[in-house]
Amino acid sequence: MIDIFITVILLAFLAITAVSIVRMTNLFAIIMLFGIFSFLSAAIFVVMDAVDVAFTEAAVGAGISTVLMLATIALTRDHHEKASTSHRPWLPLAVVIVTGAALVYGTLDIPWFGDPEAPAQMHVAPYYIERSVPETGVPNVVTAVLASYRGFDTLGEVIVVFTAGIAVMLLIGGRRRKSNARSNEGEEDDK
Amino acid sequence: MELHNNLMFVAASLAILVTMGLALARALMGPTVFDRIAAINMFGTKTVLLIAVLAFISGRMDVLDIALVYALINFIGVVAVLKLVVNGDFHSSPDEENTSSKADRG
Repeated sequence: MIDIFITVILLAFLAITAVSIVRMTNLFAIIMLFGIFSFLSAAIFVVMDAVDVAFTEAAVGAGISTVLMLATIALTRDHHEKASTSHRPWLPLAVVIVTGAALVYGTLDIPWFGDPEAPAQMHVAPYYIERSVPETGVPNVVTAVLASYRGFDTLGEVIVVFTAGIAVMLLIGGRRRKSNARSNEGEEDDK
Repeated sequence: MELHNNLMFVAASLAILVTMGLALARALMGPTVFDRIAAINMFGTKTVLLIAVLAFISGRMDVLDIALVYALINFIGVVAVLKLVVNGDFHSSPDEENTSSKADRG
């Protein structure tokens, strides 16, 4: 009962944050709101029992991507343009509404949240639910699947991400930027 | 006794939600950069508290570890944001040349 109430409140905060992000022009404030958005969605994931997804969302969304977007702003702050005044949102709005209606229509056939008769729960899930604790000793089933049953897969993903990080550091992180454009980077505000 | 404990946790979660709303309002309005940074830091802290209280409400104590990790991520993120605001970028040490860009924030 309280779970549902908390989820509704968090979703309301999420909607407020999203609308504010769309309507704001101050890039720094938008990045701050992105961080809040990530924390909110991570909290919703925790309420809905998806602890691992919440962990990833907090690490990637609130942690890494905030820092990356701030670094991007630090590199490009002097070059942003004014939004064009001849902006006509009706065609994109219609596309978004039609797509959203199609997605909502698609959810009508989706089984209920946590439905034991859902096709996704009938395939290999009973095996993991019955055997994961005696076989791996990990209390959370999702963690057991990710870290134990698919351990080599996760290791490969980590290697890929690590290699990509090294490559990016070699390409752009090695040399220090000469700081000549320091004088005029004051933070403009939308108020 | 059990019911009273649960009521306390529910009341605590409601209070945390109110505080999250206030922090969100400050992040939306906040005239200066530092208001927004303080707001996001506080919002992250309230998320940690909310998750901890939810762990006690639902009885899943392993969620507490997630709350600890959130606290760490929140701290690192705020340090990175402050480093950017003070230095102007991420790859200069604080004592190099930050005297020009310190004063005109906000």
